[in-house]
Amino acid sequence: MNTLFDKIWDSHVVTKVEDGPTQLYIDRLFCHEVTSPQAFEGLRNRGLQVFRPNQVYCMPDHNIPTMNQEMPIVDPVSKNQVDTLDKNAKDFGVQYFPMGHKKNGIIHVVGPENGLSLPGMTIVCGDSHTSTHGAMGAVAFGIGTSEVEMVLATQCIFQAKPKTMRIRFEGRLKAGVSAKDMALYMISQLTTGGATGYFVEYAGEAVRNLSMEGRMTLCNLSIEMGARGGMIAPDEKTFEYVKNREYAPKGDDWKKAVEYWKTLNSGDDAVFDKEVLFDASEIEPMVTYGTNPGMGMGINSSIPALNSIEKSSRDSFTKSLNYMGFQSGEKLIGKPVDYVFLGSCTNGRIEDFRDFAHFVKGKKKADGVVVWLVPGSWAVDKQIKAEGLDKILTEAGFELRQPGCSACLAMNEDKVPAGKYVVSTSNRNFEGRQGPGARTILAGSLVAAAAALTGKIIDPRTL
Amino acid sequence: MDKFKTLTSTIVPLPIENVDTDQIIPARFLKATSKEGFGDNLFRDWRYDKQGNPIKDFVLNDPTYKGEILVAGKNFGSGSSREHAAWAVAGYGFRVVVSSFFADIFKNNAMNNFVLPVVVSDAFLSEIFSSVKADPKMTLTIDLENQTIKNNSTGKSHSFLINGYKKECFLEGLDDIDYLLSKKDKIEEYEKKRVAF
Ligand code: SF4
Repeated sequence: MNTLFDKIWDSHVVTKVEDGPTQLYIDRLFCHEVTSPQAFEGLRNRGLQVFRPNQVYCMPDHNIPTMNQEMPIVDPVSKNQVDTLDKNAKDFGVQYFPMGHKKNGIIHVVGPENGLSLPGMTIVCGDSHTSTHGAMGAVAFGIGTSEVEMVLATQCIFQAKPKTMRIRFEGRLKAGVSAKDMALYMISQLTTGGATGYFVEYAGEAVRNLSMEGRMTLCNLSIEMGARGGMIAPDEKTFEYVKNREYAPKGDDWKKAVEYWKTLNSGDDAVFDKEVLFDASEIEPMVTYGTNPGMGMGINSSIPALNSIEKSSRDSFTKSLNYMGFQSGEKLIGKPVDYVFLGSCTNGRIEDFRDFAHFVKGKKKADGVVVWLVPGSWAVDKQIKAEGLDKILTEAGFELRQPGCSACLAMNEDKVPAGKYVVSTSNRNFEGRQGPGARTILAGSLVAAAAALTGKIIDPRTL
Repeated sequence: MDKFKTLTSTIVPLPIENVDTDQIIPARFLKATSKEGFGDNLFRDWRYDKQGNPIKDFVLNDPTYKGEILVAGKNFGSGSSREHAAWAVAGYGFRVVVSSFFADIFKNNAMNNFVLPVVVSDAFLSEIFSSVKADPKMTLTIDLENQTIKNNSTGKSHSFLINGYKKECFLEGLDDIDYLLSKKDKIEEYEKKRVAF
């Protein structure tokens, strides 16, 4: 008890059902167009209003095109889903950032950058990567559509209290190793189900040293090892980041808020159900070779040999490698790449574009590689231009697209063709995730940049 | 909703581990704005080839196996939180999914759609897979009241966990929103003392 998670959770308990779940109060609900229509429809069928419309923020991000957003969406089914969100937001009077709005973008990028996601909050969204907002020191987690409906109707949700896990990264990261690499490393060690049932707090020197954006990347990927969410205790860096953002508290409220936020940490006597320790200095730039995010390795390593895999998992392992067109035991370094995707709620923030742009500065994009650079939000896009990164990118032969989820899940036209390899900074390498038959290699922004320049999997530190 | 007490059914075996929700229902089928029709695209890319023809050796296309119980390998339902996965499983006609491990969000989503996730040991699970291999007509019996699952081929039973509240919801066919709505006064009371900036 007395963990950061417990403190926030306990302060949001409304009631507890005997031998059942907790009724938890939700400070902020985010909705996108894919997982909300049936929830709004449910309200209509029950004849209900949204209970606290000022605590609900909606924006389309999954389906929206990343070119010509000024024009109507071409795909009629996508258009219908976005139009439905437009209508629901209007009918129910909730906060809304439509396509093209200066605050539109991927929810998990937009929330923190506008000060909508604050320390101490409970935040939910019908989206598993809601864990991203945990970087602010909030309890943030993904929910299903029935649960979205519950929150719309009552600002509450029923949840069983998860167990707690602390993952500490002690030591310092090597140069050229990022938060994404920490996350892929952690998932490869713990497996995709390794944190199921737990809410994770990240701690340790290497976590404290991360920027806020790096922390978001780390928390973002919590769900890929099954965790209910991931979070990091707020500190001076957090307060600095939040200060003056549009929806952040101001004046006297700010002082009071910071005072309260300073109490949000795991006490020295905090007890976790599970503790994990990693040595940050051992982490290499990571890539995945299979079809779940747990199938990752250092970029210079070899895919495990079949006989090193547990017997019961061998069929799944082989199926996965067949899909990817890789052999067990081989290295990925030097393998050709067809596509590169920089973006998503994992790596679509300004720091990712800075890293990418600085890396490619003065060099040229490889011929034959298609590169999609998709900012996570219009605010990121604006910042890219303000810093002149767009010029660097253009000179190196790249072009910038418009914000949205894009190729992360390929619901719009940004689909990687069957059989093609894509180095992607997103979060899922599942079969067909980036287009039917697409073969995804997950990596950080620098590995993506190196692939964009060479058309190969290459260790960015050697360029 | 229909009440759930006991169910005896033949099964559909899917002995694959880490079946993620992108496999259960690929993202391109998430564009609907109602809950209907997702069953048709359950396991779409394993079930149909690019031209939309059924892939013969996938279990849903094999007439040998039918039933209201899906039995899947370890860690079923990982990945995306899309409730569409639960709608697809329910829409296809499954009322129970048995596995040795479920991803959390899928488990919640399934229960919110009156699909009962039943967790059994790895050993019990692999025994089910052996039984069905030997006899595709084998059945399982789920007894929710007593929280047991029985492999009627071997006669062996296994108990499973479900919290008292959810069990009641299944037995009575009630959902969470009904319950939460009855607690409005408590919510308003809470809001008065809540710390918010
Ligand atoms: S960027 Fe990808 S993971 Fe993130 S919210 Fe969009 S689809 Fe989901």
